[in-house]
Amino acid sequence: MKYVLLFVETEQYAKDLEAMTPADRDRAYMLVGQWFAENADKVRGGSKLQAPDTATTVRMDGGGEPVVLDGPFVEGKEVVSGYAEVEAADLDEVLRMVKTWPGCPVVEIRPLES
Amino acid sequence: MSPAADRATDPATGNGTGASHAELARVVREHAGRLAVSLIHVIGDLGTAEDLVQDAVVTALQRWPNEGIPERPDAWLFTVARNRGLDVLRRESNYRTKLAQLQWPVQAEPDERLRLIFTCCHPALPRPAQIALTLRVVCGLTTAQIARAFLVPETTVAQRIARAKRKIADAGIPYRVPDPDELNSRLSEVLAVIYLLLNEGYLSTAEQTQSRDLVDDAEWLATLLHQLMPTEPEVTGLLALIRLHRARTDARFSRDGDLVLLQHQDRSRWDHQAIADATQLVTQAARQRKPGPYQLQAAIVACHAEAEDWAATDWEQILVLYDMLLHLAPSPVARLHRAVALRYTAGPQAALAELDTLDDTLDRYHLYHATRAELLRALGHPYQARTADERALALTANPAEQALLQRRIHWT
Repeated sequence: MKYVLLFVETEQYAKDLEAMTPADRDRAYMLVGQWFAENADKVRGGSKLQAPDTATTVRMDGGGEPVVLDGPFVEGKEVVSGYAEVEAADLDEVLRMVKTWPGCPVVEIRPLES
Repeated sequence: MSPAADRATDPATGNGTGASHAELARVVREHAGRLAVSLIHVIGDLGTAEDLVQDAVVTALQRWPNEGIPERPDAWLFTVARNRGLDVLRRESNYRTKLAQLQWPVQAEPDERLRLIFTCCHPALPRPAQIALTLRVVCGLTTAQIARAFLVPETTVAQRIARAKRKIADAGIPYRVPDPDELNSRLSEVLAVIYLLLNEGYLSTAEQTQSRDLVDDAEWLATLLHQLMPTEPEVTGLLALIRLHRARTDARFSRDGDLVLLQHQDRSRWDHQAIADATQLVTQAARQRKPGPYQLQAAIVACHAEAEDWAATDWEQILVLYDMLLHLAPSPVARLHRAVALRYTAGPQAALAELDTLDDTLDRYHLYHATRAELLRALGHPYQARTADERALALTANPAEQALLQRRIHWT
């Protein structure tokens, strides 16, 4: 089955990352890279996203012309900061890999419609 | 021997052919999960297999009360489910062919109901869905029976089950027993579901109990789990806890149906053999030296159950057990119970001081105020005690507890 992992950052996590020494930050990124390498047999694609302030949202539910807005469609303390598409036998296999994720503190697992 | 074999002469049924509620429940529960397991084996889809079992169970509950429980209830249920399957799965030729090939008896296999239990209690399902699904799939309850037991509309239960089954299919929740490294956390989900059934059944009204005694289902599930996982001490602990509660059920209500607190219970009405057996289970679990919340709760209840009377209760031991419990699973409710033990070791003043520290978290919990009332009464503050009892009364919806608090407010 195919799933998308949505990596979610919290304000606290962003602050913690900022407060790190460059060496510690490098180490954190290295752990994430290692995780992707370890799970390369399941990861089909994905990317880190630019910060939410780079987002542009288009709303087409107003009835008239599409409205172009600055920012993400939900403003919140928790923002999606990246995604990965994975293929696994079942949810338990995904849970097993996600439980060892060394990056941001929240990960949402969504099955893809086949 | 089939449980149905001696049914015709069972005085509890009231007549020669009919079957009592309890009997029907027992027979259906013994076979529904097994049937589900063999159908899943053939069809490969839990949702579809389970629908067929549910249809067979509903049919049985319509027909058995009049026709009597058949000689081979398992074969009967199987035939109904299979025929129903051939009927409703007309378009799915794949399932149909497999079902048509299926003959009774389905080949004996090791009991696969463990897979069923772990799937129903998967952590990706919300707790109410885990409970409804376990009752329906593993214990063979109908949606209507579950709704009545939890005092919720039938449509709510049906939705919970439908959504859960959809999620099992769509999110790829596997039908398997967890690996050893994930077993502890997965097992705690299963135990939590059984424990909630115990609590729900323990507090249910007589009217609810008449239609379905959830404590009975909790004990049955824990017994099954204990058979399938005999070396898991927390499973043994939970089974002991349930049996210790059941052994004292009769004494919890007076002949007029009033709730009787432990302190005032007629201990000659307890089932002392059952208490001894359950205590044996607690000891057996403890030998593995892997203490856990259920073992500790069972040990605490065993302390009470083994005391000849209230005065003989080993409060020091109970206090130690609560300290261990709080260490492993800190909770304000456990601290409240510990405070009761503290009353008998350090006095009511110390217990009340401990309760005061819980005010913020337990202000909406009726037993917090009821306990406060007892302590205030012991300390000679009847008016404050009454106010606390009134607060407790306003916070409980349980009729038996309401009646007890009303009596106390009125008479003391």
